[in-house]
Amino acid sequence: MDLSFTYAGADKPSMENVDLSIEKGEFVILTGPSGCGKTTFCRCLNGLIPNFYAGDLRGELKVDGIDVRGKSTAELATHVGFVFQNPENQLFSLSVERDVAFGLENLGIPREEALKRVEWAMEVTGILNLRNKAPYELSGGQQQRAAIAGVLAMRPGIIVLDEPTSFLDPKSAEEIVAVIAKLNQELNLTTLLVEHRLDVVSKYANRVIVMDKGKVALDGPPGEIYGDEARLIGIGLPRVTMLFHLLRRDGFQVKKNPTTVQQAAEELNRMLNQ
Amino acid sequence: MISVENVSFNYPSGPEVLHDMNLRINDGEFVAIMGENGAGKTTLVKMFNGLLKPVRGRVLIDGVETHQKSVAQLSRDVGLIFQNPDHQLFAETVQGELAFSLRNFGFSEDVIQRRVTNLLTALDLERYATSSPFVLSGGERKRVALAAILVWDPKHVIMDEPTIGQDYLQKDRLRHFIMQLKSQEKTVVIVTHDVEFVAECKPRVILLSQGKVIADGSAVDILTNRRLVEQSSLVMPQIASLMNNLNSLHAPPGIIDAYSAREFLKDKLRRAVTTRPPPER
Repeated sequence: MDLSFTYAGADKPSMENVDLSIEKGEFVILTGPSGCGKTTFCRCLNGLIPNFYAGDLRGELKVDGIDVRGKSTAELATHVGFVFQNPENQLFSLSVERDVAFGLENLGIPREEALKRVEWAMEVTGILNLRNKAPYELSGGQQQRAAIAGVLAMRPGIIVLDEPTSFLDPKSAEEIVAVIAKLNQELNLTTLLVEHRLDVVSKYANRVIVMDKGKVALDGPPGEIYGDEARLIGIGLPRVTMLFHLLRRDGFQVKKNPTTVQQAAEELNRMLNQ
Repeated sequence: MISVENVSFNYPSGPEVLHDMNLRINDGEFVAIMGENGAGKTTLVKMFNGLLKPVRGRVLIDGVETHQKSVAQLSRDVGLIFQNPDHQLFAETVQGELAFSLRNFGFSEDVIQRRVTNLLTALDLERYATSSPFVLSGGERKRVALAAILVWDPKHVIMDEPTIGQDYLQKDRLRHFIMQLKSQEKTVVIVTHDVEFVAECKPRVILLSQGKVIADGSAVDILTNRRLVEQSSLVMPQIASLMNNLNSLHAPPGIIDAYSAREFLKDKLRRAVTTRPPPER
Protein backbone atom coordinates (compact mmCIF):
# COMPACT_ATOMS: atom_id res chain seq x y z
CA MET A 1 0.00 0.00 0.00
CA ASP A 2 1.40 3.34 -1.06
CA LEU A 3 4.93 1.94 -0.89
CA SER A 4 7.94 4.15 -1.63
CA PHE A 5 11.66 3.58 -1.22
CA THR A 6 14.72 5.74 -1.72
CA TYR A 7 18.14 4.09 -1.54
CA ALA A 8 20.62 5.80 0.78
CA GLY A 9 22.69 8.14 -1.36
CA ALA A 10 20.18 8.30 -4.23
CA ASP A 11 18.52 11.62 -4.90
CA LYS A 12 15.10 10.30 -5.88
CA PRO A 13 12.92 7.34 -4.96
CA SER A 14 13.42 4.07 -6.89
CA MET A 15 9.85 3.17 -6.15
CA GLU A 16 7.00 5.58 -5.54
CA ASN A 17 3.49 5.07 -4.18
CA VAL A 18 3.15 1.50 -5.35
CA ASP A 19 -0.33 0.27 -4.54
CA LEU A 20 -1.23 -3.29 -5.37
CA SER A 21 -2.37 -6.59 -3.96
CA ILE A 22 -1.65 -10.08 -5.22
CA GLU A 23 -4.04 -12.88 -4.31
CA LYS A 24 -3.18 -16.40 -3.20
CA GLY A 25 -2.29 -18.65 -6.13
CA GLU A 26 -1.92 -15.91 -8.75
CA PHE A 27 0.79 -16.16 -11.41
CA VAL A 28 1.97 -12.60 -11.95
CA ILE A 29 4.64 -11.30 -14.29
CA LEU A 30 6.33 -8.11 -13.14
CA THR A 31 8.06 -6.29 -15.97
CA GLY A 32 9.20 -2.85 -17.04
CA PRO A 33 12.23 -1.01 -18.39
CA SER A 34 15.57 -1.46 -16.66
CA GLY A 35 15.68 0.75 -13.58
CA CYS A 36 11.88 0.92 -13.21
CA GLY A 37 11.84 -0.37 -9.63
CA LYS A 38 11.03 -4.06 -10.15
CA THR A 39 13.95 -5.40 -8.16
CA THR A 40 13.42 -2.77 -5.47
CA PHE A 41 9.81 -3.93 -5.05
CA CYS A 42 10.90 -7.58 -4.77
CA ARG A 43 13.58 -6.72 -2.21
CA CYS A 44 10.83 -5.30 0.01
CA LEU A 45 8.85 -8.52 -0.07
CA ASN A 46 11.46 -10.55 1.77
CA GLY A 47 12.78 -7.78 3.96
CA LEU A 48 16.09 -7.27 2.15
CA ILE A 49 14.76 -3.75 2.12
CA PRO A 50 15.10 -2.21 4.67
CA ASN A 51 17.18 -4.82 6.52
CA PHE A 52 20.15 -4.98 4.13
CA TYR A 53 19.71 -2.05 1.80
CA ALA A 54 19.70 1.18 3.73
CA GLY A 55 17.29 3.90 2.72
CA ASP A 56 13.95 5.48 3.36
CA LEU A 57 10.96 3.10 3.20
CA ARG A 58 7.48 4.59 3.38
CA GLY A 59 4.02 3.09 3.17
CA GLU A 60 2.70 -0.30 4.20
CA LEU A 61 3.48 -3.80 2.96
CA LYS A 62 1.83 -6.99 4.13
CA VAL A 63 2.93 -10.46 3.09
CA ASP A 64 0.59 -13.28 4.09
CA GLY A 65 -1.11 -10.72 6.30
CA ILE A 66 2.12 -9.92 8.16
CA ASP A 67 3.58 -6.44 8.24
CA VAL A 68 7.11 -6.91 6.88
CA ARG A 69 8.51 -3.95 8.70
CA GLY A 70 10.49 -5.04 11.73
CA LYS A 71 10.55 -8.67 10.59
CA SER A 72 13.87 -10.33 9.91
CA THR A 73 14.69 -11.74 6.49
CA ALA A 74 14.95 -15.19 8.09
CA GLU A 75 11.41 -14.95 9.46
CA LEU A 76 10.08 -13.81 6.11
CA ALA A 77 11.92 -16.60 4.29
CA THR A 78 9.28 -19.11 5.43
CA HIS A 79 6.62 -16.95 3.78
CA VAL A 80 8.40 -15.66 0.69
CA GLY A 81 10.95 -17.68 -1.25
CA PHE A 82 13.41 -15.78 -3.39
CA VAL A 83 15.15 -17.05 -6.53
CA PHE A 84 17.80 -14.87 -8.10
CA GLN A 85 18.98 -14.29 -11.65
CA ASN A 86 22.20 -16.17 -11.33
CA PRO A 87 21.92 -19.54 -9.55
CA GLU A 88 25.66 -19.44 -8.85
CA ASN A 89 24.97 -16.67 -6.34
CA GLN A 90 22.62 -18.94 -4.45
CA LEU A 91 24.34 -22.34 -4.43
CA PHE A 92 27.50 -23.05 -2.47
CA SER A 93 27.38 -26.50 -0.81
CA LEU A 94 29.22 -29.59 -1.91
CA SER A 95 26.11 -31.44 -3.01
CA VAL A 96 22.70 -30.52 -4.33
CA GLU A 97 21.02 -32.24 -1.43
CA ARG A 98 23.02 -30.24 1.14
CA ASP A 99 22.18 -27.07 -0.70
CA VAL A 100 18.47 -27.79 -0.72
CA ALA A 101 18.65 -28.60 3.01
CA PHE A 102 20.66 -25.53 3.96
CA GLY A 103 17.78 -23.17 4.66
CA LEU A 104 15.95 -25.76 6.77
CA GLU A 105 19.03 -26.47 8.88
CA ASN A 106 19.30 -22.78 9.57
CA LEU A 107 15.70 -22.65 10.71
CA GLY A 108 16.34 -25.56 13.08
CA ILE A 109 13.70 -27.82 11.55
CA PRO A 110 13.87 -31.36 13.07
CA ARG A 111 15.92 -33.78 10.99
CA GLU A 112 13.07 -36.13 10.08
CA GLU A 113 10.87 -33.33 8.85
CA ALA A 114 13.77 -31.66 7.04
CA LEU A 115 14.67 -34.85 5.17
CA LYS A 116 11.07 -35.28 4.08
CA ARG A 117 10.87 -31.74 2.80
CA VAL A 118 14.18 -31.93 0.97
CA GLU A 119 13.07 -35.14 -0.72
CA TRP A 120 9.78 -33.55 -1.72
CA ALA A 121 11.39 -30.34 -3.01
CA MET A 122 13.87 -32.28 -5.15
CA GLU A 123 11.07 -34.41 -6.51
CA VAL A 124 8.76 -31.57 -7.56
CA THR A 125 11.64 -29.78 -9.29
CA GLY A 126 12.82 -32.97 -10.99
CA ILE A 127 16.35 -33.17 -9.56
CA LEU A 128 16.23 -36.35 -7.41
CA ASN A 129 18.85 -37.91 -9.68
CA LEU A 130 21.24 -35.03 -9.05
CA ARG A 131 21.26 -35.17 -5.26
CA ASN A 132 24.93 -36.13 -4.87
CA LYS A 133 26.30 -33.86 -7.55
CA ALA A 134 28.19 -30.69 -6.73
CA PRO A 135 26.41 -27.56 -7.93
CA TYR A 136 29.34 -26.64 -10.21
CA GLU A 137 28.91 -29.96 -12.05
CA LEU A 138 25.37 -29.00 -13.06
CA SER A 139 24.16 -27.17 -16.13
CA GLY A 140 22.66 -23.72 -15.64
CA GLY A 141 19.12 -25.08 -15.86
CA GLN A 142 19.82 -27.78 -13.30
CA GLN A 143 21.41 -25.22 -10.98
CA GLN A 144 18.35 -23.04 -11.22
CA ARG A 145 16.13 -26.04 -10.38
CA ALA A 146 18.31 -26.71 -7.33
CA ALA A 147 17.96 -23.08 -6.27
CA ILE A 148 14.17 -23.32 -6.62
CA ALA A 149 14.13 -26.60 -4.64
CA GLY A 150 16.09 -24.94 -1.81
CA VAL A 151 13.49 -22.21 -1.67
CA LEU A 152 10.53 -24.61 -1.85
CA ALA A 153 11.86 -26.71 1.01
CA MET A 154 11.09 -23.76 3.27
CA ARG A 155 7.42 -24.20 2.24
CA PRO A 156 6.77 -20.57 1.43
CA GLY A 157 3.31 -19.57 0.24
CA ILE A 158 4.83 -17.07 -2.15
CA ILE A 159 7.75 -17.41 -4.52
CA VAL A 160 9.49 -14.43 -6.11
CA LEU A 161 11.79 -15.09 -9.04
CA ASP A 162 13.95 -12.26 -10.32
CA GLU A 163 14.71 -13.01 -13.97
CA PRO A 164 15.42 -16.67 -13.21
CA THR A 165 16.03 -17.58 -16.84
CA SER A 166 18.34 -14.84 -18.01
CA PHE A 167 21.54 -16.87 -17.69
CA LEU A 168 20.01 -19.98 -19.24
CA ASP A 169 19.97 -21.14 -22.82
CA PRO A 170 16.53 -20.81 -24.38
CA LYS A 171 15.57 -24.45 -24.02
CA SER A 172 16.54 -24.59 -20.33
CA ALA A 173 14.69 -21.29 -19.89
CA GLU A 174 11.50 -22.80 -21.29
CA GLU A 175 11.87 -25.82 -19.04
CA ILE A 176 12.37 -23.71 -15.92
CA VAL A 177 9.34 -21.57 -16.70
CA ALA A 178 7.30 -24.75 -17.21
CA VAL A 179 8.47 -26.04 -13.80
CA ILE A 180 7.45 -22.74 -12.21
CA ALA A 181 4.02 -22.89 -13.86
CA LYS A 182 3.53 -26.46 -12.69
CA LEU A 183 4.39 -25.52 -9.09
CA ASN A 184 2.02 -22.58 -9.28
CA GLN A 185 -0.79 -24.88 -10.41
CA GLU A 186 -0.15 -27.90 -8.24
CA LEU A 187 0.83 -26.19 -5.00
CA ASN A 188 -1.33 -23.11 -5.45
CA LEU A 189 1.92 -21.23 -4.91
CA THR A 190 1.57 -17.48 -5.37
CA THR A 191 4.14 -16.65 -8.04
CA LEU A 192 5.73 -13.33 -8.86
CA LEU A 193 8.04 -13.63 -11.84
CA VAL A 194 10.19 -10.68 -12.84
CA GLU A 195 10.93 -10.99 -16.55
CA HIS A 196 11.91 -9.06 -19.65
CA ARG A 197 11.50 -12.05 -21.93
CA LEU A 198 7.74 -11.97 -22.21
CA ASP A 199 7.73 -14.32 -25.20
CA VAL A 200 8.71 -17.22 -22.93
CA VAL A 201 6.43 -16.54 -19.98
CA SER A 202 3.23 -14.98 -21.31
CA LYS A 203 1.36 -18.19 -21.94
CA TYR A 204 1.39 -19.12 -18.26
CA ALA A 205 0.60 -15.87 -16.47
CA ASN A 206 -2.87 -14.63 -15.65
CA ARG A 207 -1.70 -11.15 -14.85
CA VAL A 208 1.04 -8.76 -15.94
CA ILE A 209 2.14 -5.74 -13.94
CA VAL A 210 4.21 -3.17 -15.80
CA MET A 211 6.26 -0.76 -13.73
CA ASP A 212 7.74 2.42 -15.13
CA LYS A 213 9.77 5.09 -13.33
CA GLY A 214 9.07 3.53 -9.95
CA LYS A 215 5.30 3.35 -10.38
CA VAL A 216 2.77 0.77 -11.50
CA ALA A 217 1.91 1.79 -15.06
CA LEU A 218 -0.27 -1.11 -16.23
CA ASP A 219 -1.89 -4.08 -14.52
CA GLY A 220 -4.09 -6.77 -16.12
CA PRO A 221 -4.21 -9.97 -18.23
CA PRO A 222 -1.41 -10.24 -20.86
CA GLY A 223 -3.71 -9.84 -23.89
CA GLU A 224 -5.06 -6.56 -22.54
CA ILE A 225 -1.76 -5.18 -21.29
CA TYR A 226 0.29 -5.73 -24.41
CA GLY A 227 -1.02 -2.65 -26.19
CA ASP A 228 0.50 0.55 -27.50
CA GLU A 229 1.13 1.96 -24.07
CA ALA A 230 3.22 -1.05 -23.07
CA ARG A 231 5.19 -0.71 -26.29
CA LEU A 232 5.90 2.95 -25.60
CA ILE A 233 7.11 2.19 -22.09
CA GLY A 234 9.60 -0.06 -23.80
CA ILE A 235 8.73 -3.53 -22.55
CA GLY A 236 9.73 -6.40 -24.80
CA LEU A 237 6.42 -7.58 -26.18
CA PRO A 238 6.37 -11.13 -27.55
CA ARG A 239 7.38 -10.88 -31.22
CA VAL A 240 4.03 -12.21 -32.44
CA THR A 241 2.26 -9.49 -30.45
CA MET A 242 4.58 -6.92 -32.00
CA LEU A 243 3.80 -8.23 -35.48
CA PHE A 244 0.10 -7.63 -34.86
CA HIS A 245 0.82 -4.09 -33.67
CA LEU A 246 2.57 -3.48 -36.98
CA LEU A 247 -0.30 -4.96 -38.98
CA ARG A 248 -2.80 -2.84 -37.10
CA ARG A 249 -0.72 0.22 -37.88
CA ASP A 250 -0.91 -0.79 -41.55
CA GLY A 251 -4.69 -0.56 -41.32
CA PHE A 252 -5.67 -4.21 -40.98
CA GLN A 253 -8.58 -5.16 -38.75
CA VAL A 254 -6.90 -7.01 -35.90
CA LYS A 255 -9.38 -8.25 -33.32
CA LYS A 256 -7.12 -9.80 -30.70
CA ASN A 257 -3.68 -9.19 -29.27
CA PRO A 258 -2.13 -12.64 -29.63
CA THR A 259 0.49 -13.42 -27.00
CA THR A 260 1.57 -16.86 -28.26
CA VAL A 261 2.51 -18.37 -31.63
CA GLN A 262 -0.61 -20.54 -31.48
CA GLN A 263 -2.96 -17.60 -30.97
CA ALA A 264 -1.20 -15.61 -33.68
CA ALA A 265 -1.57 -18.46 -36.18
CA GLU A 266 -5.29 -18.73 -35.42
CA GLU A 267 -5.88 -15.02 -35.76
CA LEU A 268 -3.96 -14.85 -39.05
CA ASN A 269 -5.91 -17.75 -40.46
CA ARG A 270 -9.10 -15.99 -39.53
CA MET A 271 -7.95 -12.77 -41.19
CA LEU A 272 -6.87 -14.56 -44.34
CA ASN A 273 -10.00 -16.65 -44.71
CA GLN A 274 -12.75 -14.39 -43.50
CA MET B 1 41.33 -10.16 -37.76
CA ILE B 2 40.76 -12.79 -35.08
CA SER B 3 42.02 -16.28 -35.97
CA VAL B 4 41.58 -19.37 -33.90
CA GLU B 5 43.77 -22.23 -35.13
CA ASN B 6 43.43 -25.79 -33.83
CA VAL B 7 42.71 -24.51 -30.35
CA SER B 8 42.10 -26.88 -27.47
CA PHE B 9 41.70 -25.77 -23.90
CA ASN B 10 41.14 -27.16 -20.45
CA TYR B 11 41.19 -25.41 -17.10
CA PRO B 12 43.94 -26.75 -14.81
CA SER B 13 43.14 -30.38 -13.94
CA GLY B 14 39.70 -29.99 -15.57
CA PRO B 15 38.25 -31.74 -18.60
CA GLU B 16 38.86 -30.31 -22.06
CA VAL B 17 36.28 -27.60 -22.81
CA LEU B 18 37.37 -26.57 -26.32
CA HIS B 19 38.35 -29.24 -28.82
CA ASP B 20 40.54 -28.46 -31.80
CA MET B 21 38.61 -25.35 -32.72
CA ASN B 22 39.14 -23.36 -35.90
CA LEU B 23 37.56 -20.10 -36.93
CA ARG B 24 38.33 -16.74 -38.43
CA ILE B 25 36.55 -13.44 -37.85
CA ASN B 26 37.38 -10.62 -40.27
CA ASP B 27 37.66 -6.93 -39.42
CA GLY B 28 34.30 -5.19 -39.51
CA GLU B 29 32.32 -8.40 -39.15
CA PHE B 30 29.41 -8.77 -36.75
CA VAL B 31 29.28 -12.25 -35.27
CA ALA B 32 27.06 -13.91 -32.68
CA ILE B 33 28.47 -16.90 -30.84
CA MET B 34 25.61 -19.10 -29.66
CA GLY B 35 25.23 -22.52 -28.06
CA GLU B 36 23.97 -24.28 -24.94
CA ASN B 37 25.07 -23.49 -21.37
CA GLY B 38 28.58 -24.87 -21.00
CA ALA B 39 29.25 -25.07 -24.76
CA GLY B 40 32.50 -23.11 -24.34
CA LYS B 41 31.37 -19.69 -25.57
CA THR B 42 32.76 -17.59 -22.73
CA THR B 43 35.96 -19.65 -22.62
CA LEU B 44 36.45 -18.97 -26.31
CA VAL B 45 36.04 -15.21 -26.11
CA LYS B 46 38.34 -14.97 -23.09
CA MET B 47 41.04 -16.18 -25.49
CA PHE B 48 40.55 -13.12 -27.67
CA ASN B 49 42.09 -10.67 -25.20
CA GLY B 50 44.52 -13.21 -23.81
CA LEU B 51 42.79 -13.73 -20.46
CA LEU B 52 43.07 -17.41 -21.32
CA LYS B 53 45.75 -18.88 -23.55
CA PRO B 54 45.21 -22.03 -25.59
CA VAL B 55 46.64 -25.28 -24.24
CA ARG B 56 47.14 -26.44 -27.82
CA GLY B 57 46.92 -24.45 -31.04
CA ARG B 58 47.04 -20.67 -31.27
CA VAL B 59 44.91 -17.52 -31.29
CA LEU B 60 46.06 -14.60 -33.42
CA ILE B 61 44.83 -11.04 -33.15
CA ASP B 62 45.71 -9.03 -36.26
CA GLY B 63 48.37 -11.60 -37.07
CA VAL B 64 50.06 -11.65 -33.65
CA GLU B 65 49.84 -14.65 -31.36
CA THR B 66 48.20 -13.90 -28.00
CA HIS B 67 51.06 -15.73 -26.28
CA GLN B 68 53.38 -12.91 -27.28
CA LYS B 69 51.45 -10.12 -25.58
CA SER B 70 50.14 -9.27 -22.13
CA VAL B 71 46.43 -8.91 -21.43
CA ALA B 72 47.01 -5.17 -20.96
CA GLN B 73 48.60 -4.86 -24.41
CA LEU B 74 45.92 -6.98 -26.06
CA SER B 75 43.11 -5.10 -24.33
CA ARG B 76 44.04 -1.93 -26.15
CA ASP B 77 42.79 -3.60 -29.35
CA VAL B 78 40.34 -6.14 -27.96
CA GLY B 79 37.69 -4.82 -25.60
CA LEU B 80 35.98 -7.63 -23.69
CA ILE B 81 32.83 -6.78 -21.77
CA PHE B 82 32.01 -9.39 -19.15
CA GLN B 83 28.65 -10.98 -18.61
CA ASN B 84 28.52 -9.82 -15.01
CA PRO B 85 29.22 -6.07 -14.77
CA ASP B 86 30.11 -6.40 -11.09
CA HIS B 87 33.30 -8.21 -12.10
CA GLN B 88 34.39 -5.05 -13.81
CA LEU B 89 33.06 -2.00 -11.99
CA PHE B 90 34.83 -0.42 -9.05
CA ALA B 91 34.95 3.39 -9.36
CA GLU B 92 32.99 5.81 -7.18
CA THR B 93 31.14 7.46 -10.03
CA VAL B 94 30.01 6.41 -13.46
CA GLN B 95 32.17 9.04 -15.16
CA GLY B 96 35.13 8.00 -13.00
CA GLU B 97 34.62 4.45 -14.21
CA LEU B 98 34.85 5.59 -17.82
CA ALA B 99 37.77 7.95 -17.31
CA PHE B 100 39.90 5.44 -15.39
CA SER B 101 41.30 3.49 -18.32
CA LEU B 102 41.78 6.59 -20.44
CA ARG B 103 43.93 8.16 -17.73
CA ASN B 104 45.95 4.93 -17.61
CA PHE B 105 46.40 5.03 -21.35
CA GLY B 106 47.66 8.61 -20.95
CA PHE B 107 45.01 10.56 -22.84
CA SER B 108 44.76 14.30 -22.19
CA GLU B 109 41.98 15.56 -19.91
CA ASP B 110 40.01 17.31 -22.65
CA VAL B 111 40.00 14.17 -24.82
CA ILE B 112 38.91 12.16 -21.79
CA GLN B 113 36.12 14.61 -21.06
CA ARG B 114 34.87 14.53 -24.64
CA ARG B 115 34.94 10.77 -24.99
CA VAL B 116 33.26 10.15 -21.65
CA THR B 117 30.46 12.58 -22.50
CA ASN B 118 29.93 11.07 -25.94
CA LEU B 119 29.64 7.56 -24.63
CA LEU B 120 27.38 8.42 -21.74
CA THR B 121 25.02 10.02 -24.24
CA ALA B 122 25.22 7.12 -26.70
CA LEU B 123 24.30 4.61 -24.01
CA ASP B 124 21.62 6.69 -22.32
CA LEU B 125 23.62 7.18 -19.13
CA GLU B 126 24.19 10.96 -19.00
CA ARG B 127 21.90 11.42 -16.03
CA TYR B 128 24.01 9.02 -13.97
CA ALA B 129 27.40 10.64 -14.67
CA THR B 130 28.00 11.50 -11.02
CA SER B 131 26.10 8.55 -9.47
CA SER B 132 27.82 5.52 -7.99
CA PRO B 133 27.58 2.55 -10.38
CA PHE B 134 26.30 0.50 -7.45
CA VAL B 135 23.02 2.37 -6.98
CA LEU B 136 22.08 1.64 -10.60
CA SER B 137 19.90 -1.25 -11.73
CA GLY B 138 21.41 -4.42 -13.19
CA GLY B 139 20.67 -3.35 -16.75
CA GLU B 140 22.14 0.09 -16.19
CA ARG B 141 25.32 -1.28 -14.61
CA LYS B 142 25.70 -3.47 -17.64
CA ARG B 143 25.63 -0.43 -19.90
CA VAL B 144 28.20 1.33 -17.71
CA ALA B 145 30.48 -1.72 -18.08
CA LEU B 146 30.04 -1.54 -21.84
CA ALA B 147 30.74 2.19 -21.94
CA ALA B 148 33.85 1.77 -19.78
CA ILE B 149 35.39 -0.49 -22.43
CA LEU B 150 34.17 1.29 -25.55
CA VAL B 151 35.53 4.57 -24.26
CA TRP B 152 39.10 3.64 -25.25
CA ASP B 153 37.92 2.75 -28.71
CA PRO B 154 39.19 -0.82 -29.12
CA LYS B 155 39.28 -2.18 -32.66
CA HIS B 156 37.54 -5.44 -31.76
CA VAL B 157 34.59 -5.33 -29.37
CA ILE B 158 33.56 -8.55 -27.62
CA MET B 159 30.39 -8.57 -25.51
CA ASP B 160 29.38 -11.50 -23.34
CA GLU B 161 25.57 -11.62 -23.10
CA PRO B 162 24.98 -7.90 -23.67
CA THR B 163 21.16 -8.14 -23.73
CA ILE B 164 20.63 -9.71 -20.30
CA GLY B 165 18.57 -7.40 -18.11
CA GLN B 166 17.99 -4.93 -20.95
CA ASP B 167 14.47 -3.91 -21.83
CA TYR B 168 13.26 -3.61 -25.39
CA LEU B 169 14.19 0.02 -25.93
CA GLN B 170 17.67 -0.57 -24.59
CA LYS B 171 18.09 -3.59 -26.84
CA ASP B 172 17.03 -1.50 -29.78
CA ARG B 173 19.55 1.13 -28.78
CA LEU B 174 22.20 -1.57 -28.44
CA ARG B 175 21.35 -2.84 -31.90
CA HIS B 176 21.78 0.60 -33.44
CA PHE B 177 24.96 1.07 -31.50
CA ILE B 178 26.38 -2.20 -32.82
CA MET B 179 25.48 -1.15 -36.37
CA GLN B 180 27.32 2.10 -35.76
CA LEU B 181 30.41 0.23 -34.54
CA LYS B 182 30.20 -1.95 -37.61
CA SER B 183 30.06 1.07 -39.88
CA GLN B 184 33.30 2.23 -38.23
CA GLU B 185 34.86 -1.04 -39.43
CA LYS B 186 35.02 -2.46 -35.94
CA THR B 187 34.68 -6.16 -35.34
CA VAL B 188 31.75 -6.89 -33.04
CA VAL B 189 31.42 -10.31 -31.43
CA ILE B 190 28.55 -11.04 -29.08
CA VAL B 191 28.00 -14.16 -27.01
CA THR B 192 24.27 -14.58 -26.60
CA HIS B 193 21.29 -16.82 -25.93
CA ASP B 194 18.91 -14.16 -27.14
CA VAL B 195 17.49 -15.67 -30.33
CA GLU B 196 15.06 -12.78 -30.85
CA PHE B 197 17.88 -10.24 -30.71
CA VAL B 198 19.87 -12.30 -33.21
CA ALA B 199 16.78 -12.65 -35.44
CA GLU B 200 16.53 -8.87 -35.54
CA CYS B 201 20.22 -8.07 -36.05
CA LYS B 202 20.98 -10.98 -38.38
CA PRO B 203 24.72 -11.32 -37.75
CA ARG B 204 26.85 -14.23 -38.86
CA VAL B 205 26.23 -16.99 -36.32
CA ILE B 206 28.89 -19.35 -35.03
CA LEU B 207 27.18 -22.18 -33.21
CA LEU B 208 29.08 -24.09 -30.54
CA SER B 209 28.14 -27.31 -28.86
CA GLN B 210 30.25 -29.21 -26.34
CA GLY B 211 33.40 -27.31 -27.19
CA LYS B 212 33.16 -27.61 -30.96
CA VAL B 213 31.93 -25.42 -33.79
CA ILE B 214 28.90 -27.28 -35.13
CA ALA B 215 27.71 -24.65 -37.59
CA ASP B 216 28.80 -21.32 -39.01
CA GLY B 217 26.48 -19.32 -41.25
CA SER B 218 23.76 -16.71 -41.51
CA ALA B 219 21.30 -16.11 -38.67
CA VAL B 220 18.48 -17.18 -40.97
CA ASP B 221 20.08 -20.47 -41.98
CA ILE B 222 20.98 -21.44 -38.46
CA LEU B 223 17.93 -20.28 -36.52
CA THR B 224 15.51 -21.98 -38.92
CA ASN B 225 17.40 -25.27 -38.92
CA ARG B 226 15.39 -27.43 -36.55
CA ARG B 227 18.17 -29.96 -36.01
CA LEU B 228 20.80 -27.33 -35.11
CA VAL B 229 18.39 -25.39 -32.92
CA GLU B 230 17.56 -28.57 -31.03
CA GLN B 231 21.16 -29.73 -30.69
CA SER B 232 22.35 -26.48 -29.16
CA SER B 233 19.37 -25.96 -26.80
CA LEU B 234 18.13 -22.90 -28.63
CA VAL B 235 14.55 -22.25 -29.66
CA MET B 236 13.37 -20.93 -32.99
CA PRO B 237 12.50 -17.23 -33.09
CA GLN B 238 8.74 -16.81 -32.52
CA ILE B 239 8.18 -15.42 -36.00
CA ALA B 240 9.99 -18.38 -37.61
CA SER B 241 7.72 -20.77 -35.66
CA LEU B 242 4.69 -18.76 -36.74
CA MET B 243 5.70 -19.05 -40.40
CA ASN B 244 6.18 -22.81 -39.96
CA ASN B 245 2.78 -22.96 -38.40
CA LEU B 246 1.21 -21.23 -41.39
CA ASN B 247 2.81 -23.50 -43.97
CA SER B 248 -0.16 -23.14 -46.30
CA LEU B 249 1.05 -19.56 -46.89
CA HIS B 250 4.28 -20.82 -48.46
CA ALA B 251 6.34 -18.11 -46.80
CA PRO B 252 9.79 -17.78 -48.34
CA PRO B 253 12.63 -18.82 -46.02
CA GLY B 254 14.28 -15.99 -44.15
CA ILE B 255 11.30 -14.50 -42.33
CA ILE B 256 12.49 -14.62 -38.73
CA ASP B 257 11.63 -11.17 -37.39
CA ALA B 258 8.43 -9.14 -37.02
CA TYR B 259 9.38 -6.54 -39.64
CA SER B 260 10.00 -8.95 -42.49
CA ALA B 261 6.88 -10.92 -41.47
CA ARG B 262 4.89 -7.70 -41.68
CA GLU B 263 6.07 -7.02 -45.24
CA PHE B 264 5.18 -10.55 -46.33
CA LEU B 265 1.80 -10.66 -44.58
CA LYS B 266 0.77 -7.19 -45.71
CA ASP B 267 0.84 -8.43 -49.25
CA LYS B 268 -0.97 -11.70 -48.47
CA LEU B 269 -3.65 -9.95 -46.43
CA ARG B 270 -4.30 -7.31 -49.11
CA ARG B 271 -4.68 -10.05 -51.67
CA ALA B 272 -7.08 -11.94 -49.39
CA VAL B 273 -9.18 -8.79 -49.07
CA THR B 274 -9.31 -8.02 -52.82
CA THR B 275 -9.98 -11.60 -53.92
CA ARG B 276 -12.75 -12.07 -51.43
CA PRO B 277 -16.07 -12.78 -53.17
CA PRO B 278 -18.58 -9.92 -52.92
CA PRO B 279 -21.11 -10.34 -50.10
CA GLU B 280 -24.28 -12.13 -51.17
CA ARG B 281 -27.46 -10.11 -51.45
